[in-house]
Amino acid sequence: MTPAIELHEVTKIYRRYGGRQFSTLKSALLHRSILRDLKPSETFPALRGVSFAVPRGQTLGVIGRNGSGKSTALKVVAGITKPTSGWVRVQGRISALIELGAGFHPEISGRENVFINGIMLGLTRRQIEQRFDEIVEFAELTQFIDAPVKTYSSGMYMRLGFAVAIHVDPDVLLVDEVLAVGDEGFTHKCLDKFAEFKRRNKTILLVTHSLGLVERFCDEALWLDHGERKHLGDPKRVIGAYMTDVERQEEQLLTADEAKTLRDVDNPTRSQAQTIDDQAAAKDMTQLTEGRWGSGGVEIREVTLLGDQRQVTHIFHTGEPITVKLAVSAADPVTDFVFGIGIFNAEGLCVYGTNTDIEEYQSDRFAGDADVMFHIEALDLVEGTYKLDVAVHKRDGAPYDYHRLLYTFRVKSRLKDVGIYRPRHRWEFSPTVKFRLKA
Amino acid sequence: MWSNLASLARHRPLIQSLVARELKARYRGSVLGFFWSFVNPLMLLTIYTFVFAKILPNTTPETSPYPVFMFSGLLPWTWLSSSLLEASGSLISGGNLIKKVLFPAEVLPIVSVLSNLVHFLLGLVILAAFMIWFQHFPDWNDLAWFPVIVMVQLVFTLGLALLLAALTVHFRDIRELLGNLLTFWFFATPIIYYYKMDTVQDFLWLFKLNPFFHLAVSYQEILFFHGETPTGSSFGHMWSLLALGGASIVLFVVCYWVFDRLRDSFAEAV
Repeated sequence: MTPAIELHEVTKIYRRYGGRQFSTLKSALLHRSILRDLKPSETFPALRGVSFAVPRGQTLGVIGRNGSGKSTALKVVAGITKPTSGWVRVQGRISALIELGAGFHPEISGRENVFINGIMLGLTRRQIEQRFDEIVEFAELTQFIDAPVKTYSSGMYMRLGFAVAIHVDPDVLLVDEVLAVGDEGFTHKCLDKFAEFKRRNKTILLVTHSLGLVERFCDEALWLDHGERKHLGDPKRVIGAYMTDVERQEEQLLTADEAKTLRDVDNPTRSQAQTIDDQAAAKDMTQLTEGRWGSGGVEIREVTLLGDQRQVTHIFHTGEPITVKLAVSAADPVTDFVFGIGIFNAEGLCVYGTNTDIEEYQSDRFAGDADVMFHIEALDLVEGTYKLDVAVHKRDGAPYDYHRLLYTFRVKSRLKDVGIYRPRHRWEFSPTVKFRLKA
Repeated sequence: MWSNLASLARHRPLIQSLVARELKARYRGSVLGFFWSFVNPLMLLTIYTFVFAKILPNTTPETSPYPVFMFSGLLPWTWLSSSLLEASGSLISGGNLIKKVLFPAEVLPIVSVLSNLVHFLLGLVILAAFMIWFQHFPDWNDLAWFPVIVMVQLVFTLGLALLLAALTVHFRDIRELLGNLLTFWFFATPIIYYYKMDTVQDFLWLFKLNPFFHLAVSYQEILFFHGETPTGSSFGHMWSLLALGGASIVLFVVCYWVFDRLRDSFAEAV
């Protein structure tokens, strides 16, 4: 059986027509460059040799970062843009939920817009008449259907657009991130509608950032990266690979970010200028500006975060071990020193703070280079971005070297629980309370 | 290209409903509503009549009653000029459709031309009212030609509209330029003056290069003038009009070809 959607080596190159401000008719005429200006001067490949096929009745989820070519792929399948090379074959009537209500005219009523939109999507007047009540009911707009569309809220507008598009009764449904249009109830209704499509052996192509949706709903997943097909196959595995890659990328970003922060702080002109302010800032521990200050008697040369395999990383999963490693050095021997650490969440709330003095380590003597490690056995924080304070100071608080919010790490979690801290926990129920496994 | 042209027929329901929408939406919210379709040409007529009856009195006896003469040429001109102005911006203002929906782009300029055709036809009611008022009627036999002239103008306007719409996507300047060009074109066409005036006859060959000259003269001969030709018909311009009709078909095909060539660039350049 031939697949419902088939793409073969599809490449789409977007063109930017000759530097915008020069491509006016006047200059084109003056320089006799009309033909040249109509040719691309700069190109951008949105899709590079992408091939995939979706068998009839299957649902394919397309995932990938912003700008990875997902939407372009959808537009190519819809026929809105033509591939630069390669070919696309689609069997049956297509309905594309790309921009809902794209053809609505604000001045005329919802009723009239349903008719015009339906005709645009390829229905006849009679077919629309037959489905009209169903459409209006689905959009939950029975009361407002005769009001001009310009008086609709954006949710109503989208719902009506969605309702029309879905009642075209397509063989192939293309969905581009449109489930975010309504309230919870409407989203459920849309999902039910999709499920009904699946039961009726229709083909669905779903572009989304909601990985959960892909996992629950799709038979296969396609991961596009920079316009190339990276993975195609079982949703769980593709999503797993994608998540790993996203984390790797985030890790790089955080590393680059940290390097930049440290460079800024170490910049001598800046830190000179800051010393005076910093003296004041040092007193106010709640102040949340990044910075570094201190007398320099002891120096924190490097701070690294280590994961469960002792690898350097910035991304941790809830419950994993984490180690904060400080490389410190004291040029002259010191006897009065305290190592401290503070963890802050993105809102600047201190999640946890401690130091060696609080924990009753009596400082004795320290000179030369040394490593200080702070081990957390299980990082029981909820998902989010966290910042670190690290410091070495005297017992009275006078800082040798204070690093304020200079280090960032991210905690990932499969569960979307809320708050800051995730206590180790379990649930227990009497046998009369029954649960089912979530699909 | 030919298959695209053929599929235009399939889009008829779409074009119909879009024209209807255009007409409905246009006056939505205004007090006079649909009557504006009558009031607009009426006001235009009043202004021109005032200027050319009182301020710059028209002295050509052949053109009396002047309002009927002038209106016979002005109405079709308004159809042409507003069609072209609207069509040139139609792809840009309808960008959402072209970019986000599988939508036949040529429908947009066509809708501009057709909705203005409807306004033109409604304007004829005002013209008829003035004919009754001045008791100046056309030769009824000649009126059979009227639909032919309208068809020629329709094909001619559609061709230009498609071309302008496609080019404006790439050269936004056309929209600015077009307003001035149309003003020039208006004065270069014998609409407010009589083409048989001596001053016009001196440059007649130049005037004949203007396609709308032939349309305007045809309208005037049919709607305003009375039998002057040997056959007794007032429509001496018939052959020129038919020639223009042929040329318009060629123009339409060429313009549609250009439109079709540029079609794939619309979704990206709009």
